[in-house]
Amino acid sequence: MAKYVVKRIAMGLLSLFVVATLTFFMMNLVPGGPFVAEKSISAAAQAALNAKFGLDKPLMVRYANYMTSVLQGDFGWSLKQRGRTVGDIITSKFPVSARLAGVAVLAALCVGIPLGCIAAYNRGKWADSFIIVFATCGIAVPSFITSVLLLYYFGSYLGVLPTIGLNDWQSYIMPATALALYPAAYITRLMRSSLLDVMGQDYMRTARAKGVSSFKTLFKHALRNAILPVVTYVGPMVAALMTGSFVVEKIFTIPGLGGEFVSSITNRDYTMIMGTTIFLAALVILATVVVDILYKFIDPRIKLK
Amino acid sequence: MAETIKKNPLSFQLDPSDFLPASNEEKESLVVMRESVGFWKDGLRRLRKNKIAMVSLVVILIFAVFAYIVPVFYPYSYREQIKYSENLAPFEYSQKEQARIDAGEDVFPHVCGTDRSGRDYAARLMMGTRISLSVGLVASLLVLLIGATYGAVSAFLGGWVDIIMMRITDILYTLPDVLLIILLATAMKEPLANLAEQPGFQWMKTLGPNLISIFIVFALLYWVSMARIVRSQVLTLKESEYVTAARALGASNGRIIRKHLITNCLGTLIVTTTLQIPSSIFTESYMSFLGLGVAAPVPSLGSLATDAVKGMNTYPHLLILPAVIISIIILAFNLFGDGLRDAFDPKLKS
Repeated sequence: MAKYVVKRIAMGLLSLFVVATLTFFMMNLVPGGPFVAEKSISAAAQAALNAKFGLDKPLMVRYANYMTSVLQGDFGWSLKQRGRTVGDIITSKFPVSARLAGVAVLAALCVGIPLGCIAAYNRGKWADSFIIVFATCGIAVPSFITSVLLLYYFGSYLGVLPTIGLNDWQSYIMPATALALYPAAYITRLMRSSLLDVMGQDYMRTARAKGVSSFKTLFKHALRNAILPVVTYVGPMVAALMTGSFVVEKIFTIPGLGGEFVSSITNRDYTMIMGTTIFLAALVILATVVVDILYKFIDPRIKLK
Repeated sequence: MAETIKKNPLSFQLDPSDFLPASNEEKESLVVMRESVGFWKDGLRRLRKNKIAMVSLVVILIFAVFAYIVPVFYPYSYREQIKYSENLAPFEYSQKEQARIDAGEDVFPHVCGTDRSGRDYAARLMMGTRISLSVGLVASLLVLLIGATYGAVSAFLGGWVDIIMMRITDILYTLPDVLLIILLATAMKEPLANLAEQPGFQWMKTLGPNLISIFIVFALLYWVSMARIVRSQVLTLKESEYVTAARALGASNGRIIRKHLITNCLGTLIVTTTLQIPSSIFTESYMSFLGLGVAAPVPSLGSLATDAVKGMNTYPHLLILPAVIISIIILAFNLFGDGLRDAFDPKLKS
């Protein structure tokens, strides 16, 4: 067990290292630099700025310097937002994205799991067909389309919900719905098929034959086993919602980390790109590793390699 | 001769007439009437029975006709800016066009209206559908090519090569794809644009460097799951007797992979590739929305939706049309892929 955990964490760290290295070299492949676009800065000042941030050194030296400072926990100064460190920006912007993603995760679970159960329990009836249609359509609609349509209908046409920012609880409704639709639909499908699978098992028949009520068999026997695939999905889902909310954040003008990441790329804000990428990648990798390890505790039948 | 043998009615002796050779009629009645059904025939028969899959296929074909064939003889082009016809509603004519109609001329109606620059929106929608479909198809084919080769080689060689190759996919699998897509797309934009200027690479301009960078990004990132599926298939197949037989006959590794392993995973490959198409379209529209997709004036469904967001209060149809088309295309491919899986994936055969 301990061996597995250590191995998983080591793999995660290796992935993180690969991400950081790939990003570093890819970002330097992009022509132009952080200070080229600013016409107000003279050539001499540009050279001075480049020297100050160490951008005049050869690529490999910069790579080595950056990696050592990251290992010491220092992500450096933002090249574009003068006077702010990358760590500062991330700690101020991330909570916004995290809250939104958290609400979306909760919403997806609270909608997906019950719907999947209802569909499986009423297999073949109208409720089942209805839920399947919802799940199939939910997977087909990209989140930016949901958000834009919601924005148009509830924000502009009806004018009942706020369209900008995340200031009160009402402003969470639209972005969280847009973000949660896909995972909710996916969880519904997952839950339905795995519950149907479990309901066909012998131990379910045994439980019914012993006279356990159908309500109790559903909750004590079926659900506990059927929820496993959903748990596996939750890790990647949390990660995807944290990193993948760029578009939704842009549409609803939410000051989150996603917007920061996209603008740092267009601005060639090298330290910011590296900082946000490493941070978000670490989140994604952490989520998958934690779920992989948790899985073992939830389902003792799984043999770890 | 049978009559010559006398049978004692009380004895347990067998009846000799039971052992006479069968007549032709009797033989025919024993032939199994159903001819043997091959893998493809069986799968296609099941696919044809699946109503949802067939409807989805028809929907896909209709969209393909609109994307690839109709624009050829459609009176408006996607980049032609018609003066004084800006922001027309569907089937509305500008004053100038109305004057031409009054003069007895035939003016083709703007079925979906026009956009801010006076371009016919129906033509742009068709072009956008073409781009989105092409991205889906080409990206999935590239994924198939890379993934299938990688997976097959890894499984076939086995041993430490397999271990290293699979470790690489494990690492790639944990990489956050959205981050890398955005980074790669930005990183490749300018080098590819420069490359298109070089002699010998002019053909890239007709496709657009942006489109090519999208293809490459998808191919580089999405082959991992394909490689894993192919690997697991090949691992089971390569233990089968006919592969041993082929090897005993002296077939080379390449021949075994091509002739035996790939052909036998074909069902799974088709299903996985089909299901890859909608997710490629999904990601492309997403990237276009962030401004990393195709370059103007070429539209994709995602960029059409993005452009329409600014004016969505006044011209909601410009937003709703591309949004609905993307959703329907993705839905149709998903459902068709599900149907293909039910028909061709032998593991699900009941």
